[in-house]
Amino acid sequence: MIVRELELDLDAFEGPFDLLLTLVLKEELDLADVDVAGIVLGFVERLAEREELDLEACGEFLILVSALMELKARGLFPDEEAELAELEPEEAAEELARRLAEYRQMKEAAAWLRERLAGERDRFFRVGPAPLAPEPERRLAPQDPDGLASVLRLLAVAPPEVSLAHMTLHFPPVAQFLERFRALLRSRSMFDFDQEMEGLSRQEQAVAFLALLELRRANQITISQAAPFAPIRIGRTEETGASNERTPAWNLRSA
Amino acid sequence: MEPPLRLVVANPLDRLARTLEALLVVATAPLSLEELCEATEEEKDRVETALGLLAERYGEGRSGIVLEQVAGGWAYRASRDAAEACARLFERPVQRGVSQAAMETLAIVAYLGPCTRPEIARIRGVAADSAVAGLVERGLIAEAGRGDGAGGAVRYRVTPLFERVFGLESLSQLPRLDDLGDDVDAIRERLHAVASQRSA
Repeated sequence: MIVRELELDLDAFEGPFDLLLTLVLKEELDLADVDVAGIVLGFVERLAEREELDLEACGEFLILVSALMELKARGLFPDEEAELAELEPEEAAEELARRLAEYRQMKEAAAWLRERLAGERDRFFRVGPAPLAPEPERRLAPQDPDGLASVLRLLAVAPPEVSLAHMTLHFPPVAQFLERFRALLRSRSMFDFDQEMEGLSRQEQAVAFLALLELRRANQITISQAAPFAPIRIGRTEETGASNERTPAWNLRSA
Repeated sequence: MEPPLRLVVANPLDRLARTLEALLVVATAPLSLEELCEATEEEKDRVETALGLLAERYGEGRSGIVLEQVAGGWAYRASRDAAEACARLFERPVQRGVSQAAMETLAIVAYLGPCTRPEIARIRGVAADSAVAGLVERGLIAEAGRGDGAGGAVRYRVTPLFERVFGLESLSQLPRLDDLGDDVDAIRERLHAVASQRSA
């Protein structure tokens, strides 16, 4: 009889003994699920079928099954093996007893639950998702109508009056300054813009500046400035005298 | 012509009992006393008295519907007499296929919960992952927060369905842990005997 070929029929495994060993060693089968007593029973049954006692097979089986038992026992206390080994035998015994007692209680509690479940088999009741709870009503805090009125009153204030002051501003025509600058450059080759503006109103200065830009665009003057905010110097070009007749006929309002 | 049938004018307590009856018929899970008080806008004492009336009316052997106190609340169920007929159409949740590992895990969670998978594994000596997953799927246990510290393991506790399936009014109806495992002393003695042999 060859022990390794012993056919097993367990809950967790069905097949030859040596396949079981291979699976366990490869950790593809959890020893905790393997009923070792079932293996022993299977072997003893096979043994009983024979008339002679196969001592060699018995010896081999004992070695294999005891190795399996040891592996399984170690597996039950995976991380605590070392911890237990450090304890004195009495302490280890006490620790083991404590753990066994704890497990024993839970095992009996499980048995009680199983019995209870069987006893309750004739109690039928409804299960299912609970009916939806109504959507909570959105309650508003009590309100004071006067409060609302006073807030509205704040909003109902007439807007500030729009200033129309700019409507009455007087803008001199741009042409006036075009003429003036051309006249200046006829008598001088260069003049200082800021100096010329002295005594003029803001509006007049703005129109004068537009006139400058216009002249520059027509390439009738040169504009130079040494640095930002430095005095603006205006000079003449060849065309300054020649293009009098091209004076544009627009003023600020038409821009 | 016959006079129309006159209904007996219900006294207020009877009216409350009817309302409770209606609430319990709509519910699919036991309703707590608090929930019943909230829904009826009544005092606890009066609701309890009315529930007493109903419990009497819907007692085992009196009616096909039985009012019972279970899983921390009140619920209707079928009378035990009707169980056979019920069983032809319906299956009780969780009646079958609870493995030994699952039952032990369930016991541990019921007694020690909320507890984590490592705690369960420590007591049973083997990993509890698949047993826990199965029990969660069956609705017998549910997650109940996490253990202490950052990244603590998920804790589990039993659900109201557990109490209902096992017919428990509350977890205090479980047998006392001290009354279980009475052969523990014998085991301890044997272990100590082995230890003293080895140290000698």
